[in-house]
Amino acid sequence: MSAPEKIPGIHYRDAGLLRFLTCGSVDDGKSTLIGRLLYDSKSILADTLHAIERTSIRRGLEAVDLSLLTDGLQAEREQGITIDVAYRYFSTGTRKYIIADAPGHEQYTRNMVTAASTANLAVILVDARKGVQTQTRRHSYIAHLVGIPHLVVAVNKMDLVGYSREAFERIRQAYLEFAAGLGIHDVRFIPLSALNGDMVVERGDRLDWYNGPTLMELLEAAPAAHSEAREPFRFPVQYVCRPRTAEHHDFRGYMGRVESGEISVGDEVQVLPSGRTTRIREIRLLDRSLPQAASERSVTLLLEDEVDISRGDMIVSPANTPSVTKLVEAMVCWLAETPLEAGRKLLLRHTTRETRALVAAIEYRQDINELKRISGGRLAMNDIGSITFKLAQPLFVDRYRDNRATGAFILIDEATNNTVGAGMIV
Amino acid sequence: MNAPGTAFAPAATGLDHLDWLEAEAIHILREVAGQCSNPVLLFSGGKDSICLLRLAEKAFRPGKFPFPLLHVDTGHNYPEVIAFRDRRAAELGERLIVRAVEDSMRRGTVVLKSPGESRNKHQSVTLLEAIAEFAFDACIGGARRDEEKARAKERLFSFRDEFGQWDPKNQRPELWSLYNARTQPGENIRAFPISNWTELDVWQYIAREELELPSIYFAHTRPVVRRHGALVPLTALTPPRGGETIEEISVRFRTVGDITCTAPVESLADTLEKIIAETALSTITERGATRLDDLTSEASMEQRKKEGYF
Repeated sequence: MSAPEKIPGIHYRDAGLLRFLTCGSVDDGKSTLIGRLLYDSKSILADTLHAIERTSIRRGLEAVDLSLLTDGLQAEREQGITIDVAYRYFSTGTRKYIIADAPGHEQYTRNMVTAASTANLAVILVDARKGVQTQTRRHSYIAHLVGIPHLVVAVNKMDLVGYSREAFERIRQAYLEFAAGLGIHDVRFIPLSALNGDMVVERGDRLDWYNGPTLMELLEAAPAAHSEAREPFRFPVQYVCRPRTAEHHDFRGYMGRVESGEISVGDEVQVLPSGRTTRIREIRLLDRSLPQAASERSVTLLLEDEVDISRGDMIVSPANTPSVTKLVEAMVCWLAETPLEAGRKLLLRHTTRETRALVAAIEYRQDINELKRISGGRLAMNDIGSITFKLAQPLFVDRYRDNRATGAFILIDEATNNTVGAGMIV
Repeated sequence: MNAPGTAFAPAATGLDHLDWLEAEAIHILREVAGQCSNPVLLFSGGKDSICLLRLAEKAFRPGKFPFPLLHVDTGHNYPEVIAFRDRRAAELGERLIVRAVEDSMRRGTVVLKSPGESRNKHQSVTLLEAIAEFAFDACIGGARRDEEKARAKERLFSFRDEFGQWDPKNQRPELWSLYNARTQPGENIRAFPISNWTELDVWQYIAREELELPSIYFAHTRPVVRRHGALVPLTALTPPRGGETIEEISVRFRTVGDITCTAPVESLADTLEKIIAETALSTITERGATRLDDLTSEASMEQRKKEGYF
């Protein structure tokens, strides 16, 4: 790992990168909250600010509407709502952040699942006047289902309830009750006003009964992905490098990203599907030879023995191997307009591997508003359900809750080439 | 369950942010190579595509790149940038294809409204013609989501139909890092490995990797005039207008594109360190400061992308 970059004039301890998700409806003030985070962390540049000032004036608003910062596409600007996941960036000098901004409407469950899939923390907005709503439960369920390890409930619009501690405590209790039923264990609560900026980046002086961290302080301290537990080594092979030049005549490099765990030179590894074991001879990154590679590093592995390996194979730790299986049970979020029914054949892409998959059975559909299971039937767009697939080729899988990279897959419609489903192996 | 507002334990430090961005970009490049049969990498000699070339080296060396390089030449380039482009491709030993907007003009597929106008949007036509000529099924580009609002919602693997069109309302869902680059003949994928990078990340990466850049990225003295709040460099294509005062000042380019629509910023930053310091403290976005064409409409990029622009 190289030393963090030093920016002259900025004291810099590179705490890497955090991807987080914000969810809530238009009325919860989500766009205002993101605007506030960007604005108070000085991440908004003058010309962008001038543009939203002009728009605010044109719309007859008294103050600058920070929510305009996150309005992306022309169609959305016309409608004044967010219809697709948008990504925003800011840096505090110690950490880089990628915000996935997911819209809250029911019909856009697919967008939230998409945004959640790469997030390590979710900020769930609750309107202090309304408390825990159906959509709060829906957002929490999805965040939990998609395996976001840390949830932050931001009780927004505290200014509209007189900054009342009682209002905040009532919401906290109500949330904890239903969260326990879902198995959500890591959740934190912050009272805030995105509009006035209280407890977002600055503490403000209207919430003096609250002694916890601001939202920004929580983000700064939140654990990065892969940092909290020892994970088994998983290396799906993306590409095989065999230059066959005079200089590199016998070079065979297996290129990919360490999806979980870490690997050191000399470690014993197993190759799937062949089952052959060998050792790591070298870990390369261009002309550097690394002693080890951590999770999420893209590297080239050289092995001690000649093993026949191609794209779609997986190099793993022999002490803890994934299941090799042609039968997969998964929670699936259906993303396409045509409903999914049992008997349908689809293309399933898992890590760097692709196989045909048959929908053998739809066990149940999850009602994500009432959090009930409805047995059988079919999955319409935005539905989430439990499905059993039969596979034409074996996959090397872990349970999604144990490993997000080797537990996830997408479904592709071979006729249209569209991505039509997202699956999490149980 | 945690007490309300309990702080997290101090975060364990994993990859630093440049390592993470680099690893993601390499992963994307290898997915393009693994999934597509005939990709191409768009290389202009600009700083973003210079980063792409280093990332491609990290992704594929000691092998050759599994794609050629393509430059869509507007004919409105600074000569320093073109010289750099040719030298860099030669150093890497990779094949460089150049297709010119002027050839599209000769074919009649590009018709200028005025002789000196920006050819920035006309690049789309020439790019689509090159895609058809070589039957490319994927184009790797150096676009970043922080550049512009429309880009903030574009996928890392962005599907384009037979007409090269981007349909923002009908994008393929993109989950985890499972990319879908499947296409029918005639369609193509635009892949953006540095989507998640900001301008500052790009400069930091260039400094860390000690990447060479065309000289006009560094502060130099150049005759300019001030027009609509931007600095317009004086060239044969952009002469002064009546009543304008010519100034000789120290400037640098934050982006290099069509001469007629790319403005420098006033700067004394003649080293990467100084540029990074300026970028970290900058109060104007890269496009806002330097792209005269994006000033015309808040939605102009989205419109161009729908027409096939990368």
